[in-house]
Amino acid sequence: MNIGVCISHVPDTASKIKLSEDHSGIDYTGVPFIINPYDEFAMEEALKTKEKSGGTTYALSLGKDTVKESLRKALATGIDEAVHIKTELELDSFSVAKNLAEEIKALNLELLFLGKQSVDFDSGSVGQMLSELLGMNCITNCVSLEINGTEIKAEREIEGGREVVVTALPAIITAQKGLNEPRYASLKGIMAAKKKTIAEKEAVFTDSRINVLKYLSPQGKSSGKILGSDAGGVKELVRLLKEEAKVL
Amino acid sequence: MSTETVIAFIEQRENEIKKASLEALSVCVKLADKSNKKSIAVLVGGTFDSYDKISATGVRKIIHVTSPELNLYSASAYAEIFANICKEETATLVFFANTLLGKDLAPRISVRLEAGIGMDCVDLTSEGQEFIATRPIFAGKALQQFQVLTKIKIFSLRPNVFPVVTPGSSPDLETVRKDSANNNLAIKVSELKKASGKMDVSEADIIVSGGRGMKGPEHFPLIETLADTLGAAVGASRAVVDAGWRPHGEQVGQTGKTVSPTLYFACGISGAIQHLAGMSSSKFIVAINKDKDAPIFSVADYGIVGDLFEILPLLTEEIKRVKS
Repeated sequence: MNIGVCISHVPDTASKIKLSEDHSGIDYTGVPFIINPYDEFAMEEALKTKEKSGGTTYALSLGKDTVKESLRKALATGIDEAVHIKTELELDSFSVAKNLAEEIKALNLELLFLGKQSVDFDSGSVGQMLSELLGMNCITNCVSLEINGTEIKAEREIEGGREVVVTALPAIITAQKGLNEPRYASLKGIMAAKKKTIAEKEAVFTDSRINVLKYLSPQGKSSGKILGSDAGGVKELVRLLKEEAKVL
Repeated sequence: MSTETVIAFIEQRENEIKKASLEALSVCVKLADKSNKKSIAVLVGGTFDSYDKISATGVRKIIHVTSPELNLYSASAYAEIFANICKEETATLVFFANTLLGKDLAPRISVRLEAGIGMDCVDLTSEGQEFIATRPIFAGKALQQFQVLTKIKIFSLRPNVFPVVTPGSSPDLETVRKDSANNNLAIKVSELKKASGKMDVSEADIIVSGGRGMKGPEHFPLIETLADTLGAAVGASRAVVDAGWRPHGEQVGQTGKTVSPTLYFACGISGAIQHLAGMSSSKFIVAINKDKDAPIFSVADYGIVGDLFEILPLLTEEIKRVKS
């Protein structure tokens, strides 16, 4: 079985996000980038599935040349092949899905994993869009997965519980934290990955269905009230919550 | 009146209409009335004797698609049914609540309707046919303001941001109930597993979160008791989830859940940037921490610098006293 994993190259979650001076974009200067944390779970599930059922694993990433760093890490962790779909543009979810769909068809992928969302633009849409474009069955936000032959049983996290979802291959699974424990790349893997070639394709769909007008910083809060650390402070806190904030 | 319509998807789970759907419907009705188009609420699955909660928003038409097969979510069936209704009713504007179901369904509908989509919107302003939407990105570290360029536009609205407006039932309300056969059940929920009586942070009005300052999982009953007293959900920082003290479903932050409750208690949470991103849009924030320089105090409306093992029991008692 050909198994794919889509990887986003995103700013480290510990980094601050600075806007460009004219607010037309994000200033990524000096910001360290990582594999999108949810894609780590997706990648681990792709590797586990291959270990169980055999096949070839492919990592796909779309973006500037820097995304190769994350693809190289995927290879080091055990992914067999990597494909870089090149574009300098900030595409919307639909254009990203259209470009990925072309490559997924070309590679004849039967099972595809993605993180439930990228922690940069947070849309969480590409998996579902791919499923519509490719006629693959998509289950989002998965915290457990069983594959038996062509049958799939997954649990997806919802508000206050889980849904047990059944479907069949070909399928797309988007990973939520809790699906598995991602492995680390081994030294041997890191060395081997250095020698591997990353295939390059050009992004062909570049029409965006949305037009970003500007970026804004969230409104800062004015500093709050610090209350005493004794029983009096607690009483005052409860009074403020009741009378000033009116939330009790 | 134009033949074009404005549609909101209404989510039910176990015959309960989601409040977030009524929020989305309220926006739908407002924008439909403003542009002289018909507003339509589309409900899939469940059995309802009355549609009071839906009709109270002043919506002009309710379409309820029923089948026992549709009581639990089926992405394939819901997508087919809802996209077809949007086409039949020539919807130009479609709203979802950005719940776990809305997040799953809305992007599928956008492909079927060739519509541009904005997920998790927290603001929407209209100027004639033009809409300017705002959505948080990087879990709230920044915001993006954008327009949707396609003729049909879809917006998925963050729960707990837009108010439910209930002017009362429309005098010319039309209600249509359709039985649905031959549903496409390629993807189907077979079972709903509820977490035992626990409230989820993503739906809670009040959240009490604990961090590393709790010193160990054995001290979380202090958090749970306070949460019970308030009718609140229990949340956790990434540090304590990664340490295995709390289940990951409780994690608040950039790699957990982004929340905006009315009231958020951060207990023993220093306020790492990825945590702040996930909760700083809460309406009121209370921080309890022994380190007066902890970054959490920079977003808190009220802070107590001190030992939470002393403060939490006092706080629980005081709230009980005030409430009784």
